[in-house]
Amino acid sequence: MTDIFSEPFVIAFILGCITGAIPLLIASLGETIGEQSGVLNLGIEGMMLIGGYVAFVTTLSTGSFALGLIAGTLAGVATSVIMMVLNTWLGLNQIVIGLAITLAGGGITGVLYNVYFTNTPRLGQEDTLAIPFLSELPYVGKSLFTQSPMFYLSFVLAGLVAWMLLRTTVGLRFRAAGQNPNSLDAAGGNVVVTRSAAVLLGGAFSGLGGAYLAIIAAGTFTPFMTHGLGYIAIVVTMLARGRIVWVILVSFLYGVTVALGTVLQLTSFSLPTDVIKMFPFIVVMIVLIAFARGSYVPPALGEPYTRGAR
Amino acid sequence: MTTQVAENPVIVGMKNVTKTFPGVVANDQISLDIRQGLVHCLLGENGAGKSTLISILAGMQQPDSGQIEIDGKVSRITSTRAAMKLGVGVVYQHSTLISSMTVLENLMLGDTKRVLLDKKGARTKLRDLSALLGAEIDPEIKARNLGLGQQQQVEIIKALWQGSRVLILDEPTSMLTPQAIESLLASVVRLRNEGLAVIFITHKLREAYAIGDEISVLRKGRMVKHVPARELAKMNESSLKNTVLTAMFGDDQASAGNRKTIEELAGAATASRQARKAGSVSETTVLSVSQVTCSPNDGTRGIFDINIAIRAGEILGIAGIDGHGQSTLAEVLAGQRKLQSGRVLLGETDVTHLDVRARQSMGLRYVTDDRLHEGIVGNLPVSLNLLLKRVGQKPFWNRGRINRQEVLDESNRLISEFDIRTPNPETRAGTLSGGNIQKLLLARELSNNPKLVIFNKPTYGLDLKTVARVREIILEFANEGVAVLLISADLDELTELADRIAVISQGRLIGETPNVGARTAEIVGEIIVNEGAAATGKSRK
Ligand SMILES: Nc1ncnc2c1ncn2[C@@H]1O[C@H](COP(=O)(O)OP(=O)(O)OP(=O)(O)O)[C@@H](O)[C@H]1O
Ligand SMILES: [Mg+2]
Repeated sequence: MTDIFSEPFVIAFILGCITGAIPLLIASLGETIGEQSGVLNLGIEGMMLIGGYVAFVTTLSTGSFALGLIAGTLAGVATSVIMMVLNTWLGLNQIVIGLAITLAGGGITGVLYNVYFTNTPRLGQEDTLAIPFLSELPYVGKSLFTQSPMFYLSFVLAGLVAWMLLRTTVGLRFRAAGQNPNSLDAAGGNVVVTRSAAVLLGGAFSGLGGAYLAIIAAGTFTPFMTHGLGYIAIVVTMLARGRIVWVILVSFLYGVTVALGTVLQLTSFSLPTDVIKMFPFIVVMIVLIAFARGSYVPPALGEPYTRGAR
Repeated sequence: MTTQVAENPVIVGMKNVTKTFPGVVANDQISLDIRQGLVHCLLGENGAGKSTLISILAGMQQPDSGQIEIDGKVSRITSTRAAMKLGVGVVYQHSTLISSMTVLENLMLGDTKRVLLDKKGARTKLRDLSALLGAEIDPEIKARNLGLGQQQQVEIIKALWQGSRVLILDEPTSMLTPQAIESLLASVVRLRNEGLAVIFITHKLREAYAIGDEISVLRKGRMVKHVPARELAKMNESSLKNTVLTAMFGDDQASAGNRKTIEELAGAATASRQARKAGSVSETTVLSVSQVTCSPNDGTRGIFDINIAIRAGEILGIAGIDGHGQSTLAEVLAGQRKLQSGRVLLGETDVTHLDVRARQSMGLRYVTDDRLHEGIVGNLPVSLNLLLKRVGQKPFWNRGRINRQEVLDESNRLISEFDIRTPNPETRAGTLSGGNIQKLLLARELSNNPKLVIFNKPTYGLDLKTVARVREIILEFANEGVAVLLISADLDELTELADRIAVISQGRLIGETPNVGARTAEIVGEIIVNEGAAATGKSRK
């Protein structure tokens, strides 16, 4: 039996965690902003796939990972414009639009991929950023501290989102729009503008999360590669109740379960792969059941706002 | 009207403003001047169009026609932001504070121009404005934990946050206790003396007389009476009452025998107690509560060791400062809250562990004070809201199918009995005016043979005529043998209706007195003061 505490093993485990956690973390950040402002984005799965596909194509043709990430983010924003116009502006049902975006996003990227890429190309390895000294530590040096620049950046983004929500007037308006849009309106804020901004930001994060998943975590795009990750992001958001520290923790809990699955496959335990693939979802379900009472959604979530309507 | 040199300048002038909603003309060619340094009281029955008029000034609604001049310049108030820029600050009829946020966060929401939240600056500003109002408010307390009086103060501070010159208050006193009303009126007078123009909407003529410099009366969307400052100064309280009531309820009332009704309304209380049949209280106990304790863990005040017995045909009043456990008591009795210990009997039956529905079917009715949130389903029509507690029952439902005609007949009956102003029974209940939502709820809870009715502040937000009608209904119930628990912050109401009055303080019943007429208020006051003297040594709330 392989020694599961050997250095290569631990490194593989940590890398597995990161691969699983970061796309989820980034997407959940966006979902948090949206949800805090009262917009439930069920289209996140589709936005991630579109972001991932666009990033993949961009990086494949330019060779630049940075450009890929940027393109993926923009694709997410572009997709969320649909959500913004139909829901925030015209007041159509969020759930219907969200599901439509998810279905369309998956379908379109799947078809495009199958038409243009018959030979399943893979991207090269991105240049990693090794943090001086820390990257020489045993175990964690080659895993935690030798990573894609985007890995570090995602923590910066998490910090920024937390800061924005708690310390800025924009953040306060986001939260007010989700708690009681009428109050925001009465205080001279503009509910439609506030929610539009939240939707676009949410789209940006979904696109970026998808891009990370495709070009950095997987090194390629495959149709429907998110496998429900977007829905897990929605769950993470609800459990975290707007607290970014919790978004990070729950995302990494998910990452750990994904990595455990991978590690179990490497060891001589003979578990069917299907069971191993189910593992993260089972853990999420258990966490949900255990903490569901603590899950919380803003009172105005999902409700379109019309000024002066009673 | 001739303009005098001495008259205060007009800040806001509304000219022929009209606003219609499906089925109603809420504002019909209304003209109104609001002058600097004056309190302009706006009166009118429920559904007269008061809130609509101010929501136009607030930028929440756009008028269909007419214009608004600010400082003599025609201005379009296209959004709430625009209203703020023009110096108009509004305290709405229904609270706009976000209950899960702190006072400071609620206020900083108005700081739209900054990027970073400026807590320090906001604190200072809050301190200054509180001083101006004569209020004392903890900036870090969550809005939901504020008393109603303080909530109203915070709302005013919020309205003044952007440096308003015009302050509009839509029924700010309807939920307040007499003490809180006093301090609110004092705040308003201070602001007026600072040179603010104030619009003050109320249903209480006493308040209008106390602080109004000018008075306007709306009726069915039209401006039917304006009493300018010069004239008002010459009136005494009762001539003002007559003038206003005649305008408010119109000639149909003033004509013939109805003249009396107006005088009765003007004379307010005294009359109706005499309508009480002597000896209508029977010996059978309908509600008996023994040693009930309930301390909720959601931050609402608990109740401790409550003992109550109400007999058939008896009205027990609960007096006390708002927020001292009244709502918890009502909710425990209605079955909405679980109690920690004690027993509740309805007749002979122990209902301590029965749920809301079971208690309802035994004839218990509860008229909650949170009528907007708990009371109605805004998206359903008035008719279904009226029959919400009888869904599935015959003759309105037959084997799961709704019988539209029966539903319509019954709702029309209730609509006319309670004089609910709605374009028709199919109108969405959420669109009704504040007072008419109250009427809807009363109509629903009071129909269908109650045995015990719990009223929590049954008359707030209602116009005078409806207040009189509701009080009549309560007395009628008692005369028919229904037991009534009447929770109210309004001592006049209690002395008018109750047979006995118990006083609640800090979640405990601290004393009780039979209603002996004029001296009752004094006795209740003594009970409160004695308790207060005993308590000040221990803690201050
Ligand atoms: N947004 C709306 N949609 C439909 N109808 C409305 C709306 N706002 C007001 N109304 C109607 O306009 C009329 C006037 O309502 P308004 O709220 O102005 O009355 P009010 O004088 O403030 O009464 P109250 O004393 O009960 O608060 C009512 O008949 C009401 O049903
Ligand atoms: Mg009103």
